[in-house]
Amino acid sequence: MVVPILKQGQYLIASVQAALTDTDLLKLRDALTEQVGTYRSRGVIMDVTALDVMDSFACRTLSDLAVMIKLRGAETVIVGIQPEVAFSMVQLGLKLEGVATALDLEEGLAYLDQKVKRVARAINEQKR
Amino acid sequence: MPEIKPRRPGPTPTSSDAEGTAALLRELVAHLRGNRTQLREEWARRITEAKLLTAMTKEEIFAEATSIYDNYVDVLETGAVEALQAYARNLSERIIPRGVETHEVVGIVLLLRDVMARSLFEKYQSDFALLNRVLDAYEPAANRIANTVAVGFVQERERIIREQQEAIRELSTPVLPVRERLLILPIIGVIDPQRARQLTEQLLRGIRTNRAKVVVIDITGVPSIDSTVANHLVQTVESARLLGATVIVTGLSPEIAQTLVTIGVDLGKMNTVGDLRGGIEEAERLLGYKVHPLTESPTAQA
Repeated sequence: MVVPILKQGQYLIASVQAALTDTDLLKLRDALTEQVGTYRSRGVIMDVTALDVMDSFACRTLSDLAVMIKLRGAETVIVGIQPEVAFSMVQLGLKLEGVATALDLEEGLAYLDQKVKRVARAINEQKR
Repeated sequence: MPEIKPRRPGPTPTSSDAEGTAALLRELVAHLRGNRTQLREEWARRITEAKLLTAMTKEEIFAEATSIYDNYVDVLETGAVEALQAYARNLSERIIPRGVETHEVVGIVLLLRDVMARSLFEKYQSDFALLNRVLDAYEPAANRIANTVAVGFVQERERIIREQQEAIRELSTPVLPVRERLLILPIIGVIDPQRARQLTEQLLRGIRTNRAKVVVIDITGVPSIDSTVANHLVQTVESARLLGATVIVTGLSPEIAQTLVTIGVDLGKMNTVGDLRGGIEEAERLLGYKVHPLTESPTAQA
């Protein structure tokens, strides 16, 4: 199962369509960290709306991914976690700490816009 | 050598015995119908004496007593309890809201059974053998009636309790959208684990359907909290974050605050504000709203 990665303006959107194996997840992580550099993207959105299970491996991979993307100079936001999935994740102690989350794709884009604008403003102020 | 005679009220009734019983029941019914007025009055008097059905007036008791009496005799005659069952259910529906207790209903039915049995004793006291047979016919039927009424009453009561539980469950956790992207969840009363689970479910679903960004959970009306529920609350806050919403908890009473610290629940990540008002103000700040009174706005602009 290959996850399509769409380029949308300054951002990359990875939309997960079905359950992923561990290998698929690692491939997705590699592809995203690679393409962030290729397209000079400012943000990555991981859409997991279609997932009805998030195990510990998936959570750890996503946390790692967020840190890696950060190191490559972009922001990550995970969107579309289902309510039931969210609660079972928390019960299992998988809290995705330090990773930004948003309700859906639209919210995720709004979050990234805000974040990127703030960075741009900070850079402008430094220039002045 | 003594002659072996079959005992008359044999343990295994033959068809002639059954016929005899039926004939006796008919006679019995005729007797009870004949003395309806007198027996009914006697019964109503004894109900008042025993201080049963105190929630009802004398006239009401008498009216109900009449219908129960007639139903009772009908069942004795036909052996079909369906009509009585329906009547018992209907009666229960009427009297349960007025606070009539189970023991009262069982009590009046047993009283009626007693009143009737006494009248039978009186009628047949000269012939002991016949009295024995009359009681053989009367007792099982009477027991069945008492059983039917009591079970009917209890079932009705349980049905009402179930309905009310359902109603309480639905009422207990309203999720209120107050502004665009802002939800308020006022919690009133004790939270048990089941309610906590339901609360979480409703909140997370509410966040999704209302596309909420900030949720204010107000627990002013919660008298106390235990560690299970406190942990559940923390988990709810974490789950809401995974959906991209910020949770503000308001109205923690001094007792709850002390409990939470004493039992060592990690509330570090929880956003708490003193009261609901402060919580809403904080939420508005997070959402970028600025609220000011209308009267001041012209001077502010000027």
